[in-house]
Amino acid sequence: MNDRSIYPLSQPVKGAGGKTGSWRTAKPVIDLEKCSGCLLCWLFCPEGCIGKNDRSIDYAYCKGCGICGAECPKKAIVMVKEEQR
Amino acid sequence: MKKILDTGNAACALAVKAARVDFVAAYPITPQTSVVEKLAGYIAEGKMNAKYLPVESEHSAMSAVAAAAAAGARVFTATSSQGLLYMHEILHYAAGGRLSLVMANVNRAVCAPWCLYVDHQDAVSQRDTGWIQLFAASTQEIYDSIILAYKVTEKIHIPVIVNYDGFLLSHSMMPFETVDQDIIDEFLPPFEPAWRLHPQWGGTFGNVTPAENYAPFRHSLAADIRKAGEVIEKIAREFEKLTGHWHGGLFDAYRTEDAEFFLLSMGSMASEMELAVDILRDKGIPAASIRLRVFRPFPAEELSRLLPDGARLLVFDRNYAFGTEGGVLLAESKAALFNRKDDIKVVGRAVGLGGEDLPADFLAEKAREMMEVLK
Repeated sequence: MNDRSIYPLSQPVKGAGGKTGSWRTAKPVIDLEKCSGCLLCWLFCPEGCIGKNDRSIDYAYCKGCGICGAECPKKAIVMVKEEQR
Repeated sequence: MKKILDTGNAACALAVKAARVDFVAAYPITPQTSVVEKLAGYIAEGKMNAKYLPVESEHSAMSAVAAAAAAGARVFTATSSQGLLYMHEILHYAAGGRLSLVMANVNRAVCAPWCLYVDHQDAVSQRDTGWIQLFAASTQEIYDSIILAYKVTEKIHIPVIVNYDGFLLSHSMMPFETVDQDIIDEFLPPFEPAWRLHPQWGGTFGNVTPAENYAPFRHSLAADIRKAGEVIEKIAREFEKLTGHWHGGLFDAYRTEDAEFFLLSMGSMASEMELAVDILRDKGIPAASIRLRVFRPFPAEELSRLLPDGARLLVFDRNYAFGTEGGVLLAESKAALFNRKDDIKVVGRAVGLGGEDLPADFLAEKAREMMEVLK
């Protein structure tokens, strides 16, 4: 750990890969009325972009993969094309 | 110190036990099998305090030992031939990750056609993975090289392959001397890694890296492996001081006094080469044998220093560098000597492929053929 160019070590930092939200072609939109709070979306999100407490989505880093929407048993998350904003 | 009679694979397993390895993951393959069988036995009988992980492939074996090394364990695996080829991807990971690892590769020809016997195609095919590669030529040298390899890899954080010839060394019995445990413990204190994967640290290794960070890692590995020859020689001297065992530095040279023809080879062939040199000397031909012990890093400067002005270098490769005029050692030797201003000449032959027998008179005859070419 003394010389970073000998050992390829890294520690995760928020946003180390840049604002990956710009990669998105479709964004997940959550309907909290339909949401039962099961937190499957929080569990499955590969980027950790869903807030555990308020189920808010961090659009700065969400890449729009759609896994949250596909996993949601209540169909409370729909993917909206970015062009349609 | 205790003198025993056993096989190369037995010597290898005894050295791994003496090095107090913590973790072994391996997949059996001829002719490596009896190394890992013996280690599994030592661990099952409680003679060795280590974890043995039986895995489903060599790719997994190398992945497992690399991960255990990253977690700070002293690790070992062994393989041969196709098994080594199957590890190839993770060999790059281990070297690029600057992990301290030791592996025995019991040299065997590669497919196709299928062949169980010795040549060095498996090892030379891993030439550019960033591993240090040693070649042993006796049971004693296998034992000593394994212990030396741990000292080297833990000092400079570059993984080491200890190569030795399948069947000729792995399965034939030769007397060798084991080193007392207290001497080995003095030489090889418990492994203290520079870093280790641990949940409390919360970091990762080998993660995705942009070019501006990637390039410095590769440049430092390239620079450090070039310096490894010096480290290996120094550590070999340290081991000699404790045990009296010495097999040469980067090269083991034989009858070099007033020599004109230098017969370069590695592995067990190089032991036989000394007898070939005797045959040639008896006929008045000033021949010498130089046995390469350290294939990676290739000791180019040391090779040049061994060869006087106008020397004739005869290279015996037990492999092919396909698409070139011969084997890997031929190409590397020529590159090493390219800047020489004198009348030095190099010629080579690929011999002993797939376990082709190489008795001394055959090697002497091959040498004479090569001398004719140089006339």
